Amino acid sequence: MAHVSTLIVILPLLGYLLVLINGSRLTERQIGYVATGVVGLSFVASVVTFVLLLHRHSRQVTVHLFNWIDVGTLHVPAALLIDPLSITMCLFVTGISALIHLYSIGYMHGEKDYKKFFLYLNLFVFSMLTLVLANNLVLTFVGWEGVGVCSYWLVSYYFDRDSASSAGKKAFIYNRVGDVGLLLAMFLLFSRTGTLTYVGVFARAGSLSPTVATLVVLALLLAATGKSAQIPLFNWLPDAMEGPTPVSALIHAATMVTAGVYLLVRMSPVLAISSSGRLTIAIIGGVTAFVAATIATSQKDIKKVLAFSTVSQIGYMVLAVGVGAYAAAIFLMVSHAFFKALLFLGSGSVIHALNGEQDLRKMGALQRFLPLTFPTFLIGWLTISGVPPFAGFWSKGDVLTNVFEHNKILWVLGVVTAILTAYYMSRLFVLTFRGTERFREVTHGHDPHESPWVMTLPLVVLAVLSVLGGLLDLPWIHHDSLAGFLSSTFGYVAPLHAQSTLSQYGLAAVDVAAALIGLAAAISIWRSRTEDERLTPAFLEHVWYWDDFYDATIGRPLEELAVFSDVVVEDEVIDGGVMGLAVGISRSAESVRKIQSGFVRHYALAMMLGTAVLVVFLVARVS
Amino acid sequence: MTTVPVVSSSITIPSIHYLAILPVIILLGASVVLVFATALVRTKVTQFVASSVTVAASVAVLVVTYFQWRCLDSSGPSTTIAHAIVLDGFSVVATGVVAVSLLMATLVAHDWALRERIVGAEYQILALAASAGAVLMTQANDLVVIFLGLEILSLGLYVLVAFDRHRHTSAEAALKYFLLGGFASAIFIYGAALVYGATGSTNLSTMSYFLASNVLTHPGLLYAGFALLIVGFSFKIAAVPFHLWSPDVYEGAPTPVTGFMASIVKVGAFAAFVRVLISALGTQIDTWRPILWVLVVLTTVVGASVALLQRNAKRMLAYSSINHAGFILLGIWAGTTRGVASTLFYIVTYAPTVVATFAVVTLVGGLGDENHSIGGYRGLARRQPWLGASMCVLLLSQLGAPLTSGFYAKYSVLASTIDVGGSPLALIALLSAAIAACFYLRWSSALYSDEPVEATRIVVPLSTGIVIGVGVAMTLVFGIWPGPLVTLCQHATLLFTP
Amino acid sequence: MNVPASWYLILAAVLFGIGAFGLLTRRSALIMFMCIELMLNAVNLTFVTFARTLSDIGGQATVFFVMVVAAAEVTVGLGIVVAVFRRRSSTSVDELSELKG
Repeated sequence: MAHVSTLIVILPLLGYLLVLINGSRLTERQIGYVATGVVGLSFVASVVTFVLLLHRHSRQVTVHLFNWIDVGTLHVPAALLIDPLSITMCLFVTGISALIHLYSIGYMHGEKDYKKFFLYLNLFVFSMLTLVLANNLVLTFVGWEGVGVCSYWLVSYYFDRDSASSAGKKAFIYNRVGDVGLLLAMFLLFSRTGTLTYVGVFARAGSLSPTVATLVVLALLLAATGKSAQIPLFNWLPDAMEGPTPVSALIHAATMVTAGVYLLVRMSPVLAISSSGRLTIAIIGGVTAFVAATIATSQKDIKKVLAFSTVSQIGYMVLAVGVGAYAAAIFLMVSHAFFKALLFLGSGSVIHALNGEQDLRKMGALQRFLPLTFPTFLIGWLTISGVPPFAGFWSKGDVLTNVFEHNKILWVLGVVTAILTAYYMSRLFVLTFRGTERFREVTHGHDPHESPWVMTLPLVVLAVLSVLGGLLDLPWIHHDSLAGFLSSTFGYVAPLHAQSTLSQYGLAAVDVAAALIGLAAAISIWRSRTEDERLTPAFLEHVWYWDDFYDATIGRPLEELAVFSDVVVEDEVIDGGVMGLAVGISRSAESVRKIQSGFVRHYALAMMLGTAVLVVFLVARVS
Repeated sequence: MTTVPVVSSSITIPSIHYLAILPVIILLGASVVLVFATALVRTKVTQFVASSVTVAASVAVLVVTYFQWRCLDSSGPSTTIAHAIVLDGFSVVATGVVAVSLLMATLVAHDWALRERIVGAEYQILALAASAGAVLMTQANDLVVIFLGLEILSLGLYVLVAFDRHRHTSAEAALKYFLLGGFASAIFIYGAALVYGATGSTNLSTMSYFLASNVLTHPGLLYAGFALLIVGFSFKIAAVPFHLWSPDVYEGAPTPVTGFMASIVKVGAFAAFVRVLISALGTQIDTWRPILWVLVVLTTVVGASVALLQRNAKRMLAYSSINHAGFILLGIWAGTTRGVASTLFYIVTYAPTVVATFAVVTLVGGLGDENHSIGGYRGLARRQPWLGASMCVLLLSQLGAPLTSGFYAKYSVLASTIDVGGSPLALIALLSAAIAACFYLRWSSALYSDEPVEATRIVVPLSTGIVIGVGVAMTLVFGIWPGPLVTLCQHATLLFTP
Repeated sequence: MNVPASWYLILAAVLFGIGAFGLLTRRSALIMFMCIELMLNAVNLTFVTFARTLSDIGGQATVFFVMVVAAAEVTVGLGIVVAVFRRRSSTSVDELSELKG
């Protein structure tokens, strides 16, 4: 098992190295297939590990690779932790990565930096798996930074576009703010427990005082808001859509952005100690879900809508974590990975067909031209809207049921968000596939064409998964399903009162009603129009003026501070100081250098003097 | 040396553990074989043959160190030949490093010799002999043996420095090195004589035992003696103010020789220095520590700051190696097991890095070995990405950037210093590293400069390319994954002299 | 006649000092070289003296090693001096200052 599980991580790295070293000798196709192949094999290895784990008595295996850091009291092994949580993550990360790699072969065809794209993609998968499988926080942090860097590279993939490179930078900076949180949490935990392995931290979690635990949880939350695009650090994700669509699907929908949720779930035994910390998490999640959903209703760019939808859905996951429903969070994460990847890839197929057009106002009536994209997208739409029996209905329902138990206000917010979700997705769907043809301008009068099989095959697979995903965790078989499998990983699961079947059905009915209201409203409104100022207010279109707020409160003061620093501090103080120091060093170095006269007798004299000083010093000590 | 007991009719010789001295025998043997081949064979010994013999010898030494390590694991450290030679973890690892340095330096020198049309096996003969001296120093448990090792090492190097007959700076450097080296040797052996007078033995173990069990009423003789020993070592490792020879010699010597001496002299001298200070004079730590404190401060700061002013690559690397010597001294200053282990780690990682760095400098130097201005590196990485990136990695490692072996090396010596309350000293060393960062970064950014420069493409010969690749690989592997090497060094230090 | 051991040691120290002084003041590489030999011989005298006072043969044996080393240094040193002399027709070390800074 140790070997197989090591393979999960090693294979993508191997692919990266293979392409890196042999890249110039391989054709474009070969590069694509090698990169896809290693990730596929990694998926196979995950499946094998999963099966082996199922047959083990103890479902927690540490695979020690080597001693990585061994300094004083800090022992950090490079080791993998195989348990239900990490293997669940591995399965869907490798599975969806493999599909998206395959899709990219078609989508990226003919791009000039084709090789670079697959290199980064493989490196990303490697980092993501490191993050997920690490048995300690330091190694997780390495993966965490790794995915961040790959994301930065891939967002700025079209670096000759200004918007792409500034979006990359924005993503990078927002993520750095979050990283501070993870580092803080690590420092705090190490100072209090003396270890950074998960198992070790959990064993000593009981000794943490509530205050420290709350601080740790808040620091982790900060990390999660950065990586998983939650309030207040959510705004980088929509800009990150500047990257190629497969990247948006893989990194900014299915995998990387859920890393924050994974981290919180992974640290659940610490979360268990701090109820105020958990409440904060729940509020952040609920509010983010709502705010992002409102914004999504007014976006004109197809990928922007999906991006805010991702933020909103992750908000649900964070909300679930906050109320202690960890299994529900993971369930939603997995099903979300299925349908959001499906939607992104579908939108990629649309964009591909329309020569790169992303504006919803220039689409419409595409149903006829995209015979495979249309039905799969339809499934994705119904799934995310929460229509039974698709996966989204079950997973969102699971979250909302748990929230209802703990906090009625947040539950109401959740249901309103569900209505909004159904509404904005229907708007997107109607504007794209129904209504009148508005795309002739961008296609120069031609008919749009369906994508090649490498692109449509992943769509079909993901559509099937979206339909069947609910089977992972149906409410009446909790014990033998995903929730039961995962439960051993969580330190403490909020007890769910034995709800009456009636109330469960009642809640489900509310969910269905919410979905139908949103659906009906959107279809009736957007069937006949493409734009409406009243329904897409500028306030929402401009993301609640969030960027302007940051600009006014942080950006501009900082800029002024920067100008001040540049003029006064930099020129006068720093330049004066540093330059003075530098000049000082140079001057004194210059004088030392004079001793280096080139005359061997001067050198001998220096040695002699040195010796004399030494001898006199020592002999003086005697007397 | 201890007395050899004389019995009436037969002479009992001290027992010899041949495995312990096998590395020295192999290296000297290979050297002698080449000497005879040169003298007896009518046709000239080709570079290929001479280099092959040298490579074979260094590989053989590496194999022997493996068996020595196995032997250590089973029976622990031991001494042999009347306790003059020691076989312990520290000596085995240091011997291995010497062998690796010799191997890498020989491959570089091979291409260099072909480029400069040097015929004959003299270079290899001398390099082998010098390496034997360095190995002897790592194993010596007696001041006289250290002296012999030092002299064998130095005599070989004096000639190697003078090897370039086309550049007169080569002979100048050799003469300076020789005169000052002779001076330092005389001071060293005088120190040994005084310590001998004070303790009654030149053997390190006996000395240590004597000092531990006796209180000296008049320690003046001892102190004067070991002050002189410290001067001798300081000269070899180029600690300020005994460093003045090193920039001139580094610049004047043929570049592959510079790389070779930068690595093996450091290994040999530091190994012997550790042994003398820690195992023989460990009881006198309070006396020698202040001296080392001053040496570390001067060495790190002067090395880093004067390097800033240099425009010649080899000279800059000379000052940089002075700065490194200061850092390595930190581990000895700490005087703890951890300190010694970190010193060993520093040496192990620094040696291949510096050989590979000088391999690049050799290539950039071009025919005649003249082109060594930093300006020559402008845009190298743009023209030849692999070569430029390799140089960049090697420089960053010397800077101590994370993910390179240099980072962990610096970190561990600093940590061991702070462990024993040397925070001010660590801070000063760290400041010097910050100063040093300026010139390393300036150099590495020059590699990636956009300015168009008239430059011919540098041909990278196979064996030099391998050396650079191996050097970079070791730098990165030990940088990302220092664990096993750290464990090895700690293990080696625990298996210190019996 | 009994000569105290300290006299020998002082003589050796004086010889060593003379050697060092000569090394610092003389310009000719050859004479500097001879000064180093003088210093080594002072060391030999010290070793022998201590060997006598300690009744230890090791110190006397060491002298042979030092003598061998001195001889080896002579061969190498003369070789280098000759190499320099050929190029410059002078053995003055003050003319060798091209490498500096």
